[in-house]
Amino acid sequence: MKKEPVKVKEVPAQARIKDFSEVILGYSESEALQEAGRCLQCKNPTCISGCPVGIDIKRFIYHITQKDYKNAYLTIREKNNFPSICGRVCPAEYQCRKACVLTKKGSPYASEQAIWINFLERFAGDYGMNNNIPLPAEKQESFSKASVAVVGSGPAGLCCAGELGRLGAKVTIFESLHKTGGVLRYGIPPFRLPRSILDNEIESLQKSGVEIKANVIVGKTKLLKELQDEYSSVFLGLGAGVPGFLKIPGENLCNIYSANEFLTRVNLMSAYKFPEFHTPVSIGRHMIVIGGGNTAMDAARCALRLQVGRGFKPDTSILYRRTEAEMPARRLEIEHAKEEGINFQLLIQPVAFIGDENGFVKKLKCLKCQLAEPDASGRRRPVAIEGSEFEIDCDVAIIAVGLEANQVLTRATPEIKTDKYKDVIVDQQTMETSVKGVFAGGDIVGGEGTVIEAMGMAKKASVSIADYLKNK
Amino acid sequence: MKILDKLVLSESAGVKVVRMEIYHPDIARNAGPGQFIAFMVSEKGERVPLTIVDKDLNKGTITLIFQEAGLTTRLLAKLNVGDSLYSLAGPLGHPTEIKKYGKAIMVGGGVGIAEIYPVARALKEAGNYVVSVLGARTRELLILETEMKKISDEFYVMTDDGSYGKKGFTTDALAELLKKDKYGLVYCVGPLPMMKRVSDLTKDFKVKTIVSLNALMVDATGMCGCCRVTVGNSIKFSCVDGPDFDAHLIDWDELSKRSKVYQEQEKHICKLSNI
Repeated sequence: MKKEPVKVKEVPAQARIKDFSEVILGYSESEALQEAGRCLQCKNPTCISGCPVGIDIKRFIYHITQKDYKNAYLTIREKNNFPSICGRVCPAEYQCRKACVLTKKGSPYASEQAIWINFLERFAGDYGMNNNIPLPAEKQESFSKASVAVVGSGPAGLCCAGELGRLGAKVTIFESLHKTGGVLRYGIPPFRLPRSILDNEIESLQKSGVEIKANVIVGKTKLLKELQDEYSSVFLGLGAGVPGFLKIPGENLCNIYSANEFLTRVNLMSAYKFPEFHTPVSIGRHMIVIGGGNTAMDAARCALRLQVGRGFKPDTSILYRRTEAEMPARRLEIEHAKEEGINFQLLIQPVAFIGDENGFVKKLKCLKCQLAEPDASGRRRPVAIEGSEFEIDCDVAIIAVGLEANQVLTRATPEIKTDKYKDVIVDQQTMETSVKGVFAGGDIVGGEGTVIEAMGMAKKASVSIADYLKNK
Repeated sequence: MKILDKLVLSESAGVKVVRMEIYHPDIARNAGPGQFIAFMVSEKGERVPLTIVDKDLNKGTITLIFQEAGLTTRLLAKLNVGDSLYSLAGPLGHPTEIKKYGKAIMVGGGVGIAEIYPVARALKEAGNYVVSVLGARTRELLILETEMKKISDEFYVMTDDGSYGKKGFTTDALAELLKKDKYGLVYCVGPLPMMKRVSDLTKDFKVKTIVSLNALMVDATGMCGCCRVTVGNSIKFSCVDGPDFDAHLIDWDELSKRSKVYQEQEKHICKLSNI
């Protein structure tokens, strides 16, 4: 008999929109055992190929079935430094779960029946974190004199620092903001990744000997050259933090935010706790988020929670030019957003913002769209329908249409070669940049990607950095 | 990030202008004229930008001068020698382009005088003839008079109430100067309405005019776009593209509206904090 997937417990939508605490509660031990028991332990597992860092999924799930949670945790840690984070934010339905043999062939994302690998990873990760399970020492004498500067404390930087720290290198992370975590802190809201989890993971990195210096903007506070003089090697995990805009009339009206600004105010600066925290954020009666990615979902779900907190009737919409099927967001997050009451307005293209006499946005002028043949991205291209113009009420707009490379360092350091997208060019085999001994990974190399993809690149770079240090 | 020195430069109607010298050798080493920092007073605080007025490489310090305006600057003014800021990052933005312009007029209004000072000094050192026009509401609010005088070839003070220098606005003195002579540059920092009036005036005289904008910012490193401003029909970020811009190309009306987005929240939080 086919066993049914174990549904993970969640806080009911009407309760969870009242605050920013975690939505998914995770598996209990018995639920984890039951879900792990569904794994077929395939002779030739396909799931592993779906993981950007190649976690031995079959083996860690096997350990769970044996109640050997310690070894489940250690199995994941062989490949992934942050299982508690990835178990929460990985788009598993497009990665390992999609590759699971239980997903129907040809499905664009994981089937319901696919093993909930991400929730099992989270279970094992949290077990390891809560029980302070130490990793087997790997310290190598040859690295004891080596020092590495890691620029950026987002997923790529943290991962690279963790890997090299384990080998015994002296690692220092430089972060430009006052808090560490990069996009994990300023971008991903606490209801998807609680701050305690992030803080714990970063603290354990520090306990393992990695030093973190916040408020240091490399390229400004310290120049790359200064780091090269002080350290044996440098890793750049600069991220894609520059917001894209729509480039339509009225976009600079008041209360029109980039998703980055809105999320930074809410997540990094805790504007949802204003005035206890001093950074304000505008809360509208008709909040519109433009875009169909995870950032759009995060922004919309934050916006709705702010409205509820303020006592407004929830009225937050996501506007997207295509249909739900083409949305790049995680299926899970689309479902969460819908459950919470986000209004999905599809096949709509914004054409202009209209403001009042004080310069505040009041309305959004739009066109209806239909889908034509697929474009370069493989998704069906939206085409505006002539004469279909209409207006909707909008007193706060949040633009979530993609991010570009952070350029503070590369602008100040022209010897680091970049491509037309201002992404750093690396040797694909070694992740080394145009400057010897300086490596890069994460969104600054591949453009906007996922947390685990960034970690995959950082891991690859850390192997090259280790080689570089040995030969130096 | 430790405060090594603090001095109240002026006080009027309970509003102070304060000078602070803060220890941060890295910022001091890499800072150029016209660049700024972003600071936080506490973990719960806002990130607020301030121009770097001076630096001392021997002591490893930078000097900030600010007027108590919103909650954050008031909280900053309450800190004392020995206290540390929660966060301090910089130097941010591009330094002002320092070259030989010939004759340059420096226009500073209120606390904006502190912001033109490092640029005026650098222009003087680069061999320019520096004419300074300083404006203040009243005599007590005039800051850095001695310092500015020292680096100026000509020096004028305007006060709104006539309590010092000449009665009138900086634009009055500026118009007189522009009528009489040719200038290679006007550099101006002050309240937005003043910068706009200066810009309108110098546009008529076709004199290149640079202003340093003090837009609202969050991260101040190009990641949020809070400080976006329309310059010559394209969107620029004050933090990474500025803070200096060609005054004649700025959409002043939009900038002025954008500067008031959080006025209500600011009033609310100041009232709650009894400050």
